[in-house]
Amino acid sequence: MRMDGKFKEHAIETVLLSTSAVTVVILFLICIFLFGEGAALFNEISFFDFLSGKFWYPTSEPPQFGLLPLFLGTLIVTVGAICISVPLGVASAIFISEIASAKVAGMLKPFIEILAGVPSVVYGFFGLVVIIPNLQKLLNLPTGQTALAGSIMLGIMALPTIISISEDAISAVPSFIKEGSLALGATRWQTIHRVTVPAALSGISAAVMLGIGRAIGETMTVMMVTGNTAIIPGFPDGFLAPVRTMTATIALEMGEVPQGSDHYHALFVIGAMLFVITLLINLIAESIKRRYMFKVGS
Amino acid sequence: MTVKFEEGIETEIEVRDLNLWYSDNHALKNISIEIPEKCITAFIGPSGCGKSTFIRCLNRMNDLITNCRTEGKVLVKGENIYEKEVDVVNLRKRVGMVFQKPNPFPMSIYENIAYGPRIHGERNKKKLDQIVEETLRSAALWDEVSDRLNSPALDLSGGQQQRLCIARTLAVKPEIILLDEPCSALDPISTSKIEDLMMKLKNNYTIVIVTHNMQQAARVSDYTAYFLLGELIEFGTARQIFEMPREKSTEDYITGRFG
Repeated sequence: MRMDGKFKEHAIETVLLSTSAVTVVILFLICIFLFGEGAALFNEISFFDFLSGKFWYPTSEPPQFGLLPLFLGTLIVTVGAICISVPLGVASAIFISEIASAKVAGMLKPFIEILAGVPSVVYGFFGLVVIIPNLQKLLNLPTGQTALAGSIMLGIMALPTIISISEDAISAVPSFIKEGSLALGATRWQTIHRVTVPAALSGISAAVMLGIGRAIGETMTVMMVTGNTAIIPGFPDGFLAPVRTMTATIALEMGEVPQGSDHYHALFVIGAMLFVITLLINLIAESIKRRYMFKVGS
Repeated sequence: MTVKFEEGIETEIEVRDLNLWYSDNHALKNISIEIPEKCITAFIGPSGCGKSTFIRCLNRMNDLITNCRTEGKVLVKGENIYEKEVDVVNLRKRVGMVFQKPNPFPMSIYENIAYGPRIHGERNKKKLDQIVEETLRSAALWDEVSDRLNSPALDLSGGQQQRLCIARTLAVKPEIILLDEPCSALDPISTSKIEDLMMKLKNNYTIVIVTHNMQQAARVSDYTAYFLLGELIEFGTARQIFEMPREKSTEDYITGRFG
């Protein structure tokens, strides 16, 4: 009986270990696959040419694989998204954790969670039907399918991440520190912006980084609203012109390319680049977060 | 409860029929007391007797607690602080508070002290430098930290952090300082430093301290109030309370029969 129990314990542990090992293995395989398939491109063109190439004409003769328009497309859409989502997200987080009553905060939080659960294609619909025609009318543009439309949609989509993680960071500031400020005759607002938010700043930065990570990796929505023109966007007028992001390029072209062609490999390189960028962002966010937990814990 | 103060000592805080409820829990029952100026008044009593709750009434820190309701009057220099039109921000500037757990802000030592004057409008760097030095000197901390004012306050030891919190309170020039078990998280040496500091500060400030360390109350306080189950049982000079308590329960508590 006792041996049986021990065996059962052992079996359960082994099963759990192998399931978690599977995730690591999958990640590892994805890496090998991405980098392996991508590396073949560099038999044809140099890595530097790929990075600095100004034109993405994969089907012209000869084809040109320049990452720059796509990278800058992703960059401009992401920067716009940050400008929209960071102020809104941090402000909401402050409101929910510091200003709203428990009842109001309790009512708001589920909505934010639902916002996170809306499928990206639905955001795309919303952008297509609501944002794009209005942008076009409002700013008198030839087309509403612009980087700005992408930024708005991605900004909204990054909100749940930024709000909930910033809110955790702000709520984690111990109440005795806030009391110390109030007891000195500080108003609630002075306490929030001089003590609470600075104390939560590293957590908030981590939230912003993760929000950016989400925005960079988003595909479906941007593809539906940004017009997908692979031209290097100007700044800041590029916001009002169509752009094409790295993710949208992969999604748009993958179905069309002959397997094993240069074009095919080039798309893998883009995927690998995205993988590296989001990995870096997540690592940065993680290290900031760890620093902040250490600080509050001590 | 009134006690005849020594010659020339006026009442700084007068509390009349103060009642407090946390939801349905009647935490303070009909407290009436007069607290003398420029003396140390200690509140003692077993855990949960309401002494901390009561001290937090004196600068309205209990306002921050939801479902907390008070009735009665607290007069600071004759003015009822529970009137509707009272400016709580200004009240807390006049009635400073030091907490049980040292709670410096996660900023530099300098910024911790400068914080209070800054929020009350002081912008002049020279003036701030001067306040920082003065208050750190009064809190007997200057010699230990003068060479590292820009290092994080959280790097200080617990006792130093608590003296920093006292200095921070002094920096906004209060009239009254409330100390809510300021030494309960400190070692004996830090505790004695804080006690020395209190003795020094009482020349200029009215000090109210909550402590569950009876020796501490006996050592530092001029007047002592004994609380039990939300009621003020006895109030008198420290000498009278510790040497000839009138109430049986006071005697039981100070002789260590319970608590």
